[in-house]
Amino acid sequence: MRVILVDDSRAMRMILRRIVGQLGFEIMEAEDGQAALEAVTNSENVPDLALIDWNMPRMNGLELVCALRDDPRTRDMTLVMVTTEGEQSQIVRALAAGAHEYVIKPFTSDSMVEKLALLGLVPNEAENAQTGA
Amino acid sequence: MTLSSTNFTFVSRLVRQEASIILEPGKEYLVEGRLLTLARKAGAQNVDEYLQQVQSRPDPIANHMIVDALTTNETSWFRDREPFQALTDTVLPNLVTNRANHRGLRIWSAACSSGQEPYSIAMLLEDAIPAGWRYEIMASDISSEMIKRAETGEFSQVEMNRGLPAQLLVRHFERHGASWRIAPSLRRSVTFRRLNLSTPIPSHQPFDVIFLRNVLIYFDVSTKRSVLHNVSQLLRPDGWLFLGAAETTIGIDERFERVPAGRASAYRLRTPAPLSAVGKG
Repeated sequence: MRVILVDDSRAMRMILRRIVGQLGFEIMEAEDGQAALEAVTNSENVPDLALIDWNMPRMNGLELVCALRDDPRTRDMTLVMVTTEGEQSQIVRALAAGAHEYVIKPFTSDSMVEKLALLGLVPNEAENAQTGA
Repeated sequence: MTLSSTNFTFVSRLVRQEASIILEPGKEYLVEGRLLTLARKAGAQNVDEYLQQVQSRPDPIANHMIVDALTTNETSWFRDREPFQALTDTVLPNLVTNRANHRGLRIWSAACSSGQEPYSIAMLLEDAIPAGWRYEIMASDISSEMIKRAETGEFSQVEMNRGLPAQLLVRHFERHGASWRIAPSLRRSVTFRRLNLSTPIPSHQPFDVIFLRNVLIYFDVSTKRSVLHNVSQLLRPDGWLFLGAAETTIGIDERFERVPAGRASAYRLRTPAPLSAVGKG
């Protein structure tokens, strides 16, 4: 499984890298929506999953979700918003645009693993190891 | 700093007496971690000093707060997923057939902690039970603090991130300042009670489904037996019991049998042997 981490904060990408790295994902990174779109569409192996911040320079996360949904090559990717934007109306907008899940910062490692498990992207053993179940 | 053995013994006796929970030596770290907030609130330097204060001035309220702090556990929405999937795919179709005349279901979440389990069940039933049916959920916990919290139907952002699908969040919750509040209709579908499962339980109408998850693991065998006896009195003969993944009735209470329910296991009361078969063989 491949994932692209899209966030303009290097610290946040590092946190996410640690979580998905332990789950065995191959990891790509981008620091804004435009860079992510270019990396994904130029990649021979389109990632299965994108974890996407909302507020980023050049192209924001919502615009990236729309662009990935509109392109037949990336339409089947699983898209998860990971953002500080926590208003109900924003969650509704992101889901309507095509995001599958929404994680509001701050989040714990366990909660991220649980969200990915909801999407069927975590083998049970890995989930149990992470959450201590 | 490590907890003194006298203080650890005091706490483990108290918790055993009040909640039938076994705290074996080696769990000092758990007691310290759980009681630190109480110690700070009481102005003590550390947990040892706090426990000395409590023992020198016996106070039932302080004892109650200690038991509360040690019996509450972190939880998440749709925790472990499989039992909820089994409820939708296996248990509800069975009960909908068996209760076609009555068109009502009663469910008990027997260790509800801060409320995620009963509210998860309520969200699931909203979608899964046929139109025109009613459902009631009773939720209980030994901790009165937890019951108070669960009754508010309010959850922090961190709690909301724990396993709740975003679609259900936007459908069943409203922002309320920094937290989220469950929809009033779902809140009203759950009745909360403080109950100690190891002592005789006040009589209730029996339940179609009982969730008793991650409770038995804290008890010794004789307490497990009492809890299962109490639960069996409140389960309908064709009802379903869900335990935690690490728990079983096998070797403890043979009135129950384990049955597959989707990818999970559930427990059901064995059908009594017909009278003519008794004594044969």
